[in-house]
Amino acid sequence: MAESSASATVAQHGQPDIVSKRDFLKLTLGAGAAIGVCAIAWPFIDSMNPSRDVLALSSVEVDLTPITEGMGITVVWRGKPIFVRHLTTKEYDEAANTPLNQLIEPIPAADRVKPNHHQWIILIGICTHLGCIPLGNKPTDPRGEWGGWFCPCHGSQYDTVGRVRHGPAPLNLWLPPYAFESDTKIKIG
Amino acid sequence: MAGLNKSDMKNPVINWIDTRMPVFTLMQREYGTFPTPKNFNYFWNFGALAMIALMIMIATGIFLAMNYVPNTGLAFDSVQRIMRDVNYGWLLRYVHQNGASMFFIVVYIHIFRGLYYGSYKYPRELLWIIGVLLLLIMMATAFMGYVLPWGQMSYWGATVITNLFSAIPLVGESIVTWLWGGFSVDNPTLNRFFSLHYLLPFVLVGVVFLHIAALHITGSNNPLGIDVKGPQDTVPFHPYYTIKDSVGTCVFLLIFAILVFFFPNFLGDPNNFLPANPLQTPADIVPEWYFLPFYAILRSVPDKLGGVVMMFGSIAVLFVLPWLDTSPVRSARFRPIYRQLIFLLVISVIALGFVGAHKPEGIWVVIGRVATTYYFLHFLVILPILGKLERPRPLPESISRPVIGPGGSGGGPLPGRAPAKPMEKP
Ligand code: HEM
Ligand code: FES
Repeated sequence: MAESSASATVAQHGQPDIVSKRDFLKLTLGAGAAIGVCAIAWPFIDSMNPSRDVLALSSVEVDLTPITEGMGITVVWRGKPIFVRHLTTKEYDEAANTPLNQLIEPIPAADRVKPNHHQWIILIGICTHLGCIPLGNKPTDPRGEWGGWFCPCHGSQYDTVGRVRHGPAPLNLWLPPYAFESDTKIKIG
Repeated sequence: MAGLNKSDMKNPVINWIDTRMPVFTLMQREYGTFPTPKNFNYFWNFGALAMIALMIMIATGIFLAMNYVPNTGLAFDSVQRIMRDVNYGWLLRYVHQNGASMFFIVVYIHIFRGLYYGSYKYPRELLWIIGVLLLLIMMATAFMGYVLPWGQMSYWGATVITNLFSAIPLVGESIVTWLWGGFSVDNPTLNRFFSLHYLLPFVLVGVVFLHIAALHITGSNNPLGIDVKGPQDTVPFHPYYTIKDSVGTCVFLLIFAILVFFFPNFLGDPNNFLPANPLQTPADIVPEWYFLPFYAILRSVPDKLGGVVMMFGSIAVLFVLPWLDTSPVRSARFRPIYRQLIFLLVISVIALGFVGAHKPEGIWVVIGRVATTYYFLHFLVILPILGKLERPRPLPESISRPVIGPGGSGGGPLPGRAPAKPMEKP
């Protein structure tokens, strides 16, 4: 190596080492090979992502009539538990009157429910900490200090519209896509 | 002819093979005549024990896999069938289940040995790093294995642990979806975990091979932590250490058998007798005992990302340990302060184990935070400084001297004789 670069230097009349044609070919080949490897790896990696049958957006309809005030139920959508809870006026007002600066992820209560249906809160029932299912749908469940949900795993607490009030969960409970088909029926998904 | 091996093997068939493919010569050199320090204590059994545990896991695992069905609808029942209907299925499963615990006990003691006698220091840094890698692969294997029986704790353990990755900013959620192959832990997750649980132990075998290859270049450390000075300090591996390892193996198998035959469910979680229910979280999610200290670190940090970083960090510090410890002296026997601090470390890890098993409330939170703090303080602050401040006790001149006493092999001490090279006689 030392010799060949020395002779190359001599051939260049004492100029410092310059990029040779061979270096260029090596780099191009290397870059091409790297792209090739990535291209081959991608099908393997992507095969582990959700498949089309899993993705096929299933939707569920929920009849709200049996859910009395103060009660909540759990339905399954895409393998996830969805909380559907009928809030009392007091429960909703407590959340609505909470100053935003007291919240960990400040979102107004009104943005968490649909207009004219603010007695209904529909949430993905998965703790945003590490994915346990919080308790609180049944009035007899522990609901935490803010009257919403309490996660038994590491003690996170949510208010009545599912906003996190006490860590370690960093975020509010997620909202699934849903719409009111009538006053007593929703469609999730 | 050039390239053929001149074999010393007596048996003509073995000699014929060995001439063409010198595996017997290799085994003879690496496990027969291999020069090994002559002052090993029983802590040096645990590497061999780990290898035996790995072989037991692979053997029982392959036969379990012949009856196990990796499908969310069938997995739980197929494991029950193994327990009730398959001939000796109960034995295979109990050995596999408790074997994981035995494997971890052995490996944790093996790691403690390394910490106490400074086996991670020059020139064994790479050997140590490969060892930490083995620990990580082992943990991944055990975690995925625990998901397979598809009990409540399998399901919720998998949910909580895979969700750790959601703490990564920006890409976290996509990574978790990718790991699951869906929007929750479900059939695709179970399928890939089975595939990987079958694969990783064989990766482990490959990495163990590298571990041994590195070991046989540097040679073993020893309880004095000083270098081998010559042949007078060593004995051939066989028969001296094959026999010592056999004694340890008998004790290991005895304890293993007591666990399997008398207390097979002692270390398991009762929740795993219930089939997985994605709609109901058990009151308390607890991992297997061997993960408890790490789980405790995770929960001791009140911030999600912070907890995850600290948990992985607790293993990451082990990778750089050879450069954190600045003391040139290996064995804790000659490091009076380090010797006490290493026990403080062990105590804090055990304390973390208890913290991990309890709900994070009251006193457990405090103990968890104190122990977590000491764990990181020990590696990141104390070790770098201690090496500079501590005054080590004088090291013996060679391995032979403290073993046979001053004056060499000639019986009692002989005043006036030069202390160096006491065993130069053939
Ligand atoms: C590093 C070595 C291994 C470790 C640490 C390990 C660990 C585990 C653990 C902790 C379980 C759950 C036991 C239970 O609670 O029932 C398990 C289950 C299982 N493992 Fe392994 N394993 C290893 C190697 C293997 C191998 C090589 C196979 C071969 C395919 C295998 C196949 C299985 C099967 C089929 C199950 C489900 C049946 C059951 O739960 O008993 N394992 N493993
Ligand atoms: S998963 Fe809910 S608090 Fe940790």
